[in-house]
Amino acid sequence: MTDALDGNAIGGLLLEVFGTELTAAQGTCGSCGAQRPVAELAVYLRAPGTVVRCPSCDSVLMTFVEVRAIWSVDMRGLAELEL
Amino acid sequence: MLDVPEWAGHRAGQHLDVRLTAEDGYRAERSYSIASPPGEPVAITVERLDDGEVSPYLTEELRAGDALELRGPIGGYFVWGPDDGGPLLLVAGGSGIVPLMAMLRLRLATGSDVPARLLYSSRTLADVIYRPELDGLGADVVHTLTREQPAGWTGYARRVDAAMLAEVAWPAGQDPRVFVCGPTPFVETVAGSLVDLGYPPQRVKTERFGATGGR
Repeated sequence: MTDALDGNAIGGLLLEVFGTELTAAQGTCGSCGAQRPVAELAVYLRAPGTVVRCPSCDSVLMTFVEVRAIWSVDMRGLAELEL
Repeated sequence: MLDVPEWAGHRAGQHLDVRLTAEDGYRAERSYSIASPPGEPVAITVERLDDGEVSPYLTEELRAGDALELRGPIGGYFVWGPDDGGPLLLVAGGSGIVPLMAMLRLRLATGSDVPARLLYSSRTLADVIYRPELDGLGADVVHTLTREQPAGWTGYARRVDAAMLAEVAWPAGQDPRVFVCGPTPFVETVAGSLVDLGYPPQRVKTERFGATGGR
């Protein structure tokens, strides 16, 4: 597995999907409760799809898959995303 | 240098995404940090990767006047402005210098009196990006050359480690703002060492890049 990047790498993706800047938003892990800015979350760009994990407990927080210009977004691993 | 119609303006430390679409519809997208300070035309610095999908095109095929598909500016976390204060500690590995250069250029352009120190790790002297400009930034610039050093080199000659950071970094008590940008292992080492030196984790902002799909 390649090294994880961080949430800065999906700033453009988040902008496209949600229409707003989210790298500075505070995310809370639904498994361990760790709080971090999205920019500091662990990001795997070629998982396939994009997978975002908690750097503290490695739980999957978000996944993004694009198929024919439609985004499938799963954020069930996040307890909270505070703008 | 990019001429971007309707560019909303950017902040120092932000990046943009470049998207290339082949004739058969295959798309490749990469992020590049913006090297120019706010208020100046958008400039990116591209390191050519031999097995890259995008950087060979940008560095060899693209000509002045060609059109590119861009998305940005991107990022609201890894950014600095003079009002954010300091002192500023910037730690760069390789092309991780690019977003930090935008911060140093902004600091210079605005006449900010925030003290700034840059620790910049490169493989060889020839790999140092912006070398002629670095001395004129009004910042402390400390180099380390990890692979090869010229004769008479007096700077550091090893990878950035905890002992080097203890010598170069501002004391944690001065409440420094820290930005670290480089390959993932580099960023992990630097950020971990700074926290060990007493830096609060939330003061150490990091941006990691990789050769595949990164910047």
